[in-house]
Amino acid sequence: MLSKRIIPCLDVRDGKTTKGIKFKDNIDIGDPVAMGRYYYEQGADEIVFYDITASSERRPIMLDVVRRVAETIFIPFSVGGGIRTLEDMRDVLLAGAEKVSVNSAAVLNPDIIRQGAEAFGNQCIVLGMDVKKVAVSDKIPSGYEMVINGGRTYMGIDALWWAREAERLGAGEICLNSIDADGTKTGYELELTRLISTSVRIPVIASGGAGEPQHLLDVLNQGCADAALIASMVHYGTYTIEEIKNFLSRNGVKVRSSW
Amino acid sequence: MIAVLDYKAGNLTSVKRALDHLGFPCKITNSHDEILKADKVVFPGVGAAGKSMESLGELGLDRLLWRLFEARLPILGICVGLQVLFDMSQENKTRCLGILPGEVRRFPEKMRSGTGDFLKIPHMGWNAVSFGNDHPVFQGIPAGSEFYFVHSYYPQPANPDITAGMTEYGITFTSAVAFRNLVAVQFHPEKSGKPGLRLLHNFCLWNGVS
Repeated sequence: MLSKRIIPCLDVRDGKTTKGIKFKDNIDIGDPVAMGRYYYEQGADEIVFYDITASSERRPIMLDVVRRVAETIFIPFSVGGGIRTLEDMRDVLLAGAEKVSVNSAAVLNPDIIRQGAEAFGNQCIVLGMDVKKVAVSDKIPSGYEMVINGGRTYMGIDALWWAREAERLGAGEICLNSIDADGTKTGYELELTRLISTSVRIPVIASGGAGEPQHLLDVLNQGCADAALIASMVHYGTYTIEEIKNFLSRNGVKVRSSW
Repeated sequence: MIAVLDYKAGNLTSVKRALDHLGFPCKITNSHDEILKADKVVFPGVGAAGKSMESLGELGLDRLLWRLFEARLPILGICVGLQVLFDMSQENKTRCLGILPGEVRRFPEKMRSGTGDFLKIPHMGWNAVSFGNDHPVFQGIPAGSEFYFVHSYYPQPANPDITAGMTEYGITFTSAVAFRNLVAVQFHPEKSGKPGLRLLHNFCLWNGVS
């Protein structure tokens, strides 16, 4: 049977990874290629790179990172951050990424999902969703609202509606980030994850809030997620991917256990 | 020189990068001359059967693949490169190459996991392949190794003897086939870490005899 996927996420600014402490093998924690390689060897099932570069000259720097990562690791990886147009997607995919992730660009221009899916195939298009819990209303019947700009701008769009719409438009996968849980290390947003994951037929990656292996167990079981994104849990050496997978395995979750 | 068929079917560079990493000279090409001079051919594929068959036709690679097969050249098909080898695919109701008898079907709707949840489509992620016999291309791959899959359709060979590997996802389906000088897999060995690289390595050393 299909294994649940454990996916480290690396933020990259100006071609350098931004979080982490020195590991005992002396990996250059500022080098996204070295970090990608490290997680690949440590048993990551996929890797996500988010380009958080602010400058307008971001593209060539990130594409260079993508090319070098693709030469080094032989598991799927996806790239997000500032992907707005078909050309952005094409550049990243041709540089060697398996998937591209669109977030605010899709909220503002949903047709980009359809265009991307038609041009490159559904499996290449991941919809990133940043979501906040709000009061239930006519406009937001699920009680979860779409946000952009790091959670600062409320879009007046119901998250459940948006997930289904994106699936209809051709998104191959959803990466669901709870802004409320993000950075708290107190666990993923289980109710939200379960709601979205059981309402669409495409895979859902849970994101935001992981602090310990129990959180992954909860979101993969109760949250019905197909995969879990992790960041500070592993970037600061608190847990290794092997430890996380062993814990999950012992608790009955099917994970890839040899690599 | 290994020819990696270029028929505009998505990202081919992953395969080339894996072969480069393993140290086997290869070239992404759709030139008939170059392909006919190659020692082996890798037939990759991402995307849909219909579009792929269309591109193969436009480039004359459909007839070329038949020639290569009859000439006993070792051929490795990957993902859509496995599917279009069959007679037809339910995806876009596509008539395919017909090198292998059988058809390609969509996973049934509403398959459920052991815990009762609906299984998502596409089948996306890591899953185990149990290889049937001692085929040289699958040598040395530890039992229970998982490979990376991303697909909504699966092959249903007419002749069970060509099934070389099986995988479970709601149903048990053929995930690898082997027939004469042809090996084809539903998963992506170039994206499956060590076991995938081992498979590619084995193929690069294979003389095409089962």
